[in-house]
Amino acid sequence: MAKKLPEVDVVLVGFGWTASVIAQELTDAGASVLALERGGWRDTVPDFSVTHIQDELRYAVRKQIFEETQRSTLSFRNRPDQLALPMRELGSFLPAAGVGGAGVHWNGQNWRFLPTDFLLRSHNEQRYGKKAIPADMTIQDWGITYEQLEPYYDKWEYLCGISGKAGNIGGKIQPGGNPFEGPRQREYPLPPLKRSAATVLFDKAAREVGLHPFPAPAANTSKPYLNPLGVQMGQCTFCGYCEWFGCANYSKASPQSTILPVLLKKDNFRFRTHCSVVRVLTDSAGKRATGVVYVDPGGKEYIQPAQMVVLCAFAHHNVHLLLVSKIGTPYDPQSQTGVVGRNYAYQVSSSVNVTCKERLNPFMGAGALGQVVDDFNGDNFDHTGKGFIGGGYIALWNTGGRPILQEYLPKGTPKWGAGWKKALHEDYLYSTHMQCHGGMMSYRNNYLDLDPTWTDDYGNPLLRLTFDFYDNEHAMSKFLTDRATQIAKAIPNRGINPKPRKGHYSIIPYQTTHNTGGAAMGNDPRISFVNPFLQSWDVPNLWVMGSTVFPQNPGYNPTGTVGALAFWAADAMKRYIKNPQPLVQP
Amino acid sequence: MNAKLLIAGVLVLASAGAAFAAVQVYAPTRSDQTWSNIRDGRYLARAGDCEACHTAEGGKPYAGGRPVPTPFGIIYSTNITPDPDTGIGAWSEDEFYRAMHEGIDKQGERLYPAFPYPWFTHMTRGDVDAIKAYLDTIKPVRQVNRAPELGWPFSMRSVLAVWDKLYLDAKQFQPDPARSAEWNRGAYLVEGPGHCAACHTSKNMLGGPTGGKMQGGMAEHVFAPNLGAGERDGLSSWTRQDIVEYLATGSNRYATAAGPMAEVVQASTQYLKQRDLEAMATYLKSLEGPKPGTPNAPDKDVMHAGAALYVDNCAGCHRNDGAGLRNAFPPLRASSAVQAAQPELLIAVILEGARSPATESKPSGLMMPAFGNKLDDAEVAALTTYIRNAWGNRGGDVSRSAVAKLRNTLASAPQ
Repeated sequence: MAKKLPEVDVVLVGFGWTASVIAQELTDAGASVLALERGGWRDTVPDFSVTHIQDELRYAVRKQIFEETQRSTLSFRNRPDQLALPMRELGSFLPAAGVGGAGVHWNGQNWRFLPTDFLLRSHNEQRYGKKAIPADMTIQDWGITYEQLEPYYDKWEYLCGISGKAGNIGGKIQPGGNPFEGPRQREYPLPPLKRSAATVLFDKAAREVGLHPFPAPAANTSKPYLNPLGVQMGQCTFCGYCEWFGCANYSKASPQSTILPVLLKKDNFRFRTHCSVVRVLTDSAGKRATGVVYVDPGGKEYIQPAQMVVLCAFAHHNVHLLLVSKIGTPYDPQSQTGVVGRNYAYQVSSSVNVTCKERLNPFMGAGALGQVVDDFNGDNFDHTGKGFIGGGYIALWNTGGRPILQEYLPKGTPKWGAGWKKALHEDYLYSTHMQCHGGMMSYRNNYLDLDPTWTDDYGNPLLRLTFDFYDNEHAMSKFLTDRATQIAKAIPNRGINPKPRKGHYSIIPYQTTHNTGGAAMGNDPRISFVNPFLQSWDVPNLWVMGSTVFPQNPGYNPTGTVGALAFWAADAMKRYIKNPQPLVQP
Repeated sequence: MNAKLLIAGVLVLASAGAAFAAVQVYAPTRSDQTWSNIRDGRYLARAGDCEACHTAEGGKPYAGGRPVPTPFGIIYSTNITPDPDTGIGAWSEDEFYRAMHEGIDKQGERLYPAFPYPWFTHMTRGDVDAIKAYLDTIKPVRQVNRAPELGWPFSMRSVLAVWDKLYLDAKQFQPDPARSAEWNRGAYLVEGPGHCAACHTSKNMLGGPTGGKMQGGMAEHVFAPNLGAGERDGLSSWTRQDIVEYLATGSNRYATAAGPMAEVVQASTQYLKQRDLEAMATYLKSLEGPKPGTPNAPDKDVMHAGAALYVDNCAGCHRNDGAGLRNAFPPLRASSAVQAAQPELLIAVILEGARSPATESKPSGLMMPAFGNKLDDAEVAALTTYIRNAWGNRGGDVSRSAVAKLRNTLASAPQ
């Protein structure tokens, strides 16, 4: 029998980025907030200590910082007519566990989506006609506009101390920034990171081929920073251990380095670690969430009653909780009804390795140290006759030159032995790679549901992922890879090795952890699980955070928008607490 | 002072010491304290940092039980909650004042000077009564005091009569009419409730104050730096505003509080009024420093090895030029703590790491990791030698044995 605990105002499932933002905002508004985290407590010292965290074998190869599949995994198939098999090891994407969530191990590549991204269906229909969108492509508008979200992007960027160069302030294009971005109210809080040799080469080459390169917005501090909460951050040392590592120098924005020092001191905030939430409870009518059930490491179950439940876990996990809790209508691809699990999307990435003539010293890097062109993202270019919609950015990221996994050696280099050693010796310091970070449309047959066969340690059916790339993605990815190859050719080089993404989606090689959808936001409850304020249509005191609510995935890293949406939703929650009603009527 | 002779004297007196009868018959006292007394008492209790010492880790506030390491053994702080049986709820104001002024408890037993009555003695009766008024308002906790763990003869409290005779100057603070009111207020706070000298003045073998006033002393295994004048190891370069910022926030352009001082800032000085901090700064700036020493010139090879260790382990935050990063990581260049007469604080921070105070105005509590499990004694000696002598610093060299000794002490210290 589960033990029933005293009620709190708000219970947060997960204690990563979105939970930290929501907790900070709602505790300021006077609510009592409790976060339940399945992983453990982690902090800069001792967990990410300098000279300790830079351990590629432990963290990047053995994946010690990620969620264990023994606790939480999923089954996978490409198409609905296949048998899904359970994943005993993850590769394509790597969800986090532990306080701070993926905010601990991200690179810090921090973007705003384009204004047209939020109006994807209506904008493309208007520009290219309804026929440009295939029947099984289930893309939709977000129910909010870029302009509505802009103040929250701003709030997020100043929280994190983003280093960058504005490209559009109040409609005025700024030299040196991204000319395609939506208008922002002011400059970034910090100037761009110092450029590395490779990013300088990319910048020059991209200009030569007529494109508009700019420094990537980085959640790696270019200078010491004091954020609006009074939290101090250090200055990035270009150690090159961002992605899949915690930051040792307080210089990558994470919940630990931006919010927690203030949040954890509050009397009306608490968190519990090693608590796996297995159910969201509702009243008998299913119209009101009454709390959650969680299991501690000893296997003991607890009922945590709450006035409000906010799902702040990883995208997959939020959807899994909704499905096992029987909240909302599960999506059925046959009848195309239901919303929970619908419009799962991902990312289509490809790359071009370049062996330069100039020595690059690639080991001096930072997770979001990069030079980017946005000319081929979203609808920044005319897609007429291209055979696809959407796009992505092309970047030369100088994230680091770690010894095991970050050698971008020439085509044909052996994987081991004398030939590998020779290539490493001759080419490592001259090697770099460019990434095409393509967006992904949503489709009728790309979705999440419960697996009929496999169960997890708690007796719940596994989440089942049915996902593949379609013609639009293949055409888009080829287009981007070709453009990137053009840029690469303009760099003085000893060899170019394009690596386009072809064929079916494979869940094995790492691509990105930018998994989206499954509980989309929108204006129409028939095709969205949450309203534009991220509040459930069915259960108004239940809210869903994170990329779970993206109706499809634009051609950027998601964290900037995830953070902005959390601030946006927090404002709505404050209104809701004063008057607990659905904020939008369907 | 001839230490041998002194100890001999102590022994004679100790064996002749009278036993005090503990009187357990009491009635609760009634307090006529007003709200403003209680408010002032709360402020003074903070100025005196009472709660930090009188609360064990994870324990109830003011219930005592925190181990205080001394060169003579471990003393545990006492329960000063108003619990009548195990705390001080049954103490009268007179009895409380006697404890603060003379170091004698309700039962007539002498208290160990780990309780800083040699400084609290300078406080006014009104201020001491106010502290008692405040302590009477906190939640009573029933928790029996833990006996000190001291070797003979220090285990005998009667020995303390000798100590008091030698070192206790039981008298209230006398303002110096030649000085400003601000200076006198600062002197009162520093010498009285703040008991800064308890750590920052050097002590002899018996723990009695010796040497110049607040010119640096050992405190809980580490050297508390000179607070007097001094170009290298003192506060000569600090302005009054620098001192105020340090005490109010935990850091300034020269230093970040580390070790025991981090706790003092976090629990005590950050809560003091601006004008009181300014007064303390005025007083501290008037203190004389020790005669500048002549530090040993460091060995070239050791400096070379230390420089390499510095780049590998320290430069990411403290920068290659030792300048640190303003508002994040403290500078090591031109730092008085780094160039202190004795290197223990620097060694301890490297061995055990540090956490900057998490204050209202600087809430981050940035941490430095411990390097004790990574660097051996010779490496720490080379590294600290380098830091104490690089970038224009002149602090003298650090021996491997000094590191080994401190490492052992810290390993056996109560947590």
